[in-house]
Amino acid sequence: MKNILELAYLVPLFPLIGFLINGLGRKSLSKSMIGIIGSGAILASFVVSLLIFFQVKGGNTDTLNYFSFIRAGAVNIPFAFQIDQLSSIFLLIITGVGFLIHVYSTSYMHEEKTEHFGRYFAYLNLFVFSMLLLVMGANYVIMFIGWEGVGLCSYLLIGFWFKNPEYNKAANKAFIMNRIGDLAFLIAIFWIIGKVGSVGYSEVIAAATEGSKFTTTDITGITILLFIGATGKSAQIPLYTWLPDAMAGPTPVSALIHAATMVTAGIYMIARSNVLYSMSPLTLNIITYVGLATALLAATIALKQNDIKKVLAYSTVSQLGYMFLALGTGAYVAAVFHVMTHAFFKALLFLGSGSVIHAMGGEQDIRKMGGLNKYMKVTHITFLLGCLAIAGIPLFSGFFSKDEILASAFGKSPVIYAVGLFTALLTAFYMFRLYATTFRGSFRGTHEQEHHLHESPSAITIPLVVLAVLSVIGGFIGIPEFMMHGGHKLAEFLQPIVAPSAKLLPVHEVSHSTEWILTGVSSALIIGVVFFAWNKFSRKPDTGEATGFGKVLANKWYVDELYEKAIVNPLAKLGGFFNNIFEKLVVDGLVNGVGRLVSYSSRQLRLLQSGQVGSYVLLMVLSILLVFVIQFFLRK
Amino acid sequence: MITLLLILIPLLTGLAAFFFRDEKTVRAWALFSSIVTLAVSLLGLTVLNKPEYLAHESQWLGSLGSSFSLKLDGMGQLLCLLTAVAFPLILLSTWKATYSRATSFFALMLLSQAGLMGVFLAADALLFYFFWELALIPVYFLCSQWGGEKRIAVTFKFFIYTFVGSLLMLVAILYIYSQTADRSFALSSFTHVLLKPNEQIWLFVAFVVAFGIKMPIFPFHTWQPDTYEQSPTAVTMVLSGVMVKMGVFGLLRWLLPVIPFSAFQLGDNIMTLAIIGMIYASLIAIRQDDIKRLVAYSSIAHIGLMAAAIFAINETAMQGVMIQMFSHGINIIGMWMVVEVIERQYGTRKISELGGLAQKAPAMAILFLIVALANIALPLTNAFVGEFLMFTGIFNSANTKFAAWFTVAAGLCIIFAAVYTLNLMRKTFYGEPGPRVTTAIDLQINEKLALVVIVALIFWFGVNPQPMLDLTQDVSASIIKAVTNSVSTK
Repeated sequence: MKNILELAYLVPLFPLIGFLINGLGRKSLSKSMIGIIGSGAILASFVVSLLIFFQVKGGNTDTLNYFSFIRAGAVNIPFAFQIDQLSSIFLLIITGVGFLIHVYSTSYMHEEKTEHFGRYFAYLNLFVFSMLLLVMGANYVIMFIGWEGVGLCSYLLIGFWFKNPEYNKAANKAFIMNRIGDLAFLIAIFWIIGKVGSVGYSEVIAAATEGSKFTTTDITGITILLFIGATGKSAQIPLYTWLPDAMAGPTPVSALIHAATMVTAGIYMIARSNVLYSMSPLTLNIITYVGLATALLAATIALKQNDIKKVLAYSTVSQLGYMFLALGTGAYVAAVFHVMTHAFFKALLFLGSGSVIHAMGGEQDIRKMGGLNKYMKVTHITFLLGCLAIAGIPLFSGFFSKDEILASAFGKSPVIYAVGLFTALLTAFYMFRLYATTFRGSFRGTHEQEHHLHESPSAITIPLVVLAVLSVIGGFIGIPEFMMHGGHKLAEFLQPIVAPSAKLLPVHEVSHSTEWILTGVSSALIIGVVFFAWNKFSRKPDTGEATGFGKVLANKWYVDELYEKAIVNPLAKLGGFFNNIFEKLVVDGLVNGVGRLVSYSSRQLRLLQSGQVGSYVLLMVLSILLVFVIQFFLRK
Repeated sequence: MITLLLILIPLLTGLAAFFFRDEKTVRAWALFSSIVTLAVSLLGLTVLNKPEYLAHESQWLGSLGSSFSLKLDGMGQLLCLLTAVAFPLILLSTWKATYSRATSFFALMLLSQAGLMGVFLAADALLFYFFWELALIPVYFLCSQWGGEKRIAVTFKFFIYTFVGSLLMLVAILYIYSQTADRSFALSSFTHVLLKPNEQIWLFVAFVVAFGIKMPIFPFHTWQPDTYEQSPTAVTMVLSGVMVKMGVFGLLRWLLPVIPFSAFQLGDNIMTLAIIGMIYASLIAIRQDDIKRLVAYSSIAHIGLMAAAIFAINETAMQGVMIQMFSHGINIIGMWMVVEVIERQYGTRKISELGGLAQKAPAMAILFLIVALANIALPLTNAFVGEFLMFTGIFNSANTKFAAWFTVAAGLCIIFAAVYTLNLMRKTFYGEPGPRVTTAIDLQINEKLALVVIVALIFWFGVNPQPMLDLTQDVSASIIKAVTNSVSTK
């Protein structure tokens, strides 16, 4: 094999084939066969992705052109893949974590009917296929294909149990909110086409840095539009409300789509376009504040949620906010780093919560749990490790990535750093509230439930263990410079992607001693909060209904209600007005007026001819004559 | 030869159909005829794609300066193919429907197809007008004789609109004819006629109203939801899948190249109107409880985008319009197929009375989902290509100062389309089965076959649209060139 990168097309092809086999054969295949095909497809992709990764690590990158997708007028879009450092890292995350979740699902979804089991795996494979297109595409249109593709799969999987009307509503909400973002993304693409005539990343970046094709307004406009697109997919203010509702889907789906991969698409997109962003300080500022506000808002809501998956959902929104904060401060590598560590520990936490829900017979309310550490050892330990990682306890993976983000926030402004740190403390608090309420204390469910409590089978625990190991050690590929010279292997690897940005953006250097102090302070505070929450909720979990300000938080600041009243209802009313009044009275009224006139004349003409068709033909002939007569006079 | 066959096959088989006695035989006859037409159309695209087969000229009203002149260029090929593909699918999917006086029904359907082919083939204005009427008159009978309860009132409304449109078109054609240098109705004479800007303006208005009614462009649309609702589904499919393209085609063949300067002067007014209509129709679609009316308003919104894109006056948008004419036809026929099945099985089209169909009819649910996704132009479905090109063209249009605002306003309809389409999906297919749905059965073999073909076309042209784009490349370029030339000479 001359060049392994030429095999890149296999990476999305395997899941596509898996989708087709499981989708078409869902009635005839056995469950174990479906599981093997579904998981095997992703494993195969993972293996190819690994080979590709080592090629890329050896300095080999490439753009592969397959065929001309759309070529018309000013538009020329090749179907092409770009294999470089950034895409190869995402390939590993998607197929690696994706494979573990497929394996987990073979057990978790086992009680479904074979037909639905097959449908589930078909959707899951289709999702991986779309996600791979998203990160492999060499231009914004291929990215957009994957972008809407993952949105579709998310829609299908949220509404997987389609008998439940609430789930279907959640699915619709997810798709529609994403579509709002997608519109902005599309407009950015139109804008780029108008200015550059191409949507390839390399051409766009070249046009931005060298030529005079873009004005500052263009760059700012395009980057803001792309960012609005990202707020939809990556659940940022104002388009975040779909993500917590998306928890209606099966739990492994929440782990894969709504935590580990799809929601990071927005971060990928901005990291991919980092040169454009570095040219627009205004956009970077907007991203910083939106990310920070989202991180804080979601963390406050998570404080008062009692559904185990809802807590994790808001924590996801909050962590995504962190990633945007990193992007906004120009720390693109830190954002990608956090995407990676977050993929490990959030997939772990969601899968762990799935194991808990499974054992509890479908119960998701943590107030009815407690003391589960005694019944489920593997789930308990791995979940705890996940909580330690997300809280940012030193040497766990989340510590390194979060610390890097906070350091770059400090470089931008101490105030941003302070808010970021406060959010980190909230995170530690609600995660250990969750942990202690679920696993510590004594069991608060029914005897029936207690009788059935059990550790999950190995298809569930093995992925948990693998993810736990990654959550613990995954941070070591990004040891900061001040701790170990040359320790940040990830930064080194991603250097070619962000190098052009580094020239454009002023670097906020923070001295090594300051970094030590910042890290020391944040670590000490986080450890303190962890102990506090652990003790508080182990002894006395808050099992009552929230009151006062807590109630506002429990009701998510009433944002859903606000959207409903301010946007959805008025539009529906306007539609009703158009339909019931305007259409009937105004538009139709005018026509009927004309109609009555013609009808009147045709009644007169019916003396000569019977029926409407007769008069129609007659009028036609008369009018032809009339025109000829007019013409005759005009010519004179 | 191809051109003549495309008209003669449906015309002669249609006339012959009047003399059949048995419903089954005439139905098979019609399907057979439409398949032969499809084969001829495909031959014209492939092995017989040579100039000598794609043009025909013979004597016809020579003293008036009109001849029986047919020509098949890329746009004609595209629309003849659409017509040829649509009829077998329509006949196949409504195979089980029974009609009183079936011989007349199928005869009129085939006559209408002949008229449609003629419209897309005519290279002579009078001939074009003749075929326009030939296509419409059978439909007028089909609606009034085989329609629903309110068919008389609705057909009358349809008739009024059509009548006004036809009259205006005729007046405009005759006026242009009188201004031609050689007193000829030939397309080539029409495109070379020199008209003053103020003449072009009133001709523009006449043509836009005539073609706009057929498409329809807001506010000339109110005949459409009523007619779609009341017509037999097979006729609705012809109307919405193929016949609305007559209006678009008319603008592209008989307006832009003939009075190009007017498009430059008045184009952005039509864009404004079209985009208002898009938002208006989308919001109404969200509020519909009747599936047929929902699909009708959704179609008005989609056609509105095509109208706006036409007047963006650039090749990108024009190519988008071209491919979308085909895609829209395929997709909306797919929508109607499912509506037809639902209505026949459950005796209702009210969304509020349905629900839970996916459990009873999973195959239908999956196939409809794919058609619905094409309706909201998801990437890798056929509609994405057209919409993407049209939006790109509108955003970068030099024909209006408000290009960006038009794009945003029209773009809202992308979101609205997701709202009403997914709500339709949710309320009819998902959830627990309602009382009416308990007796549901899945698709019959003929319906399944037709829908599978449609789904295959959706993906085929969604993944590999380039051959179809290449087909219309030259026509699009020449239309745009006509307009830009007229601007530079004025």
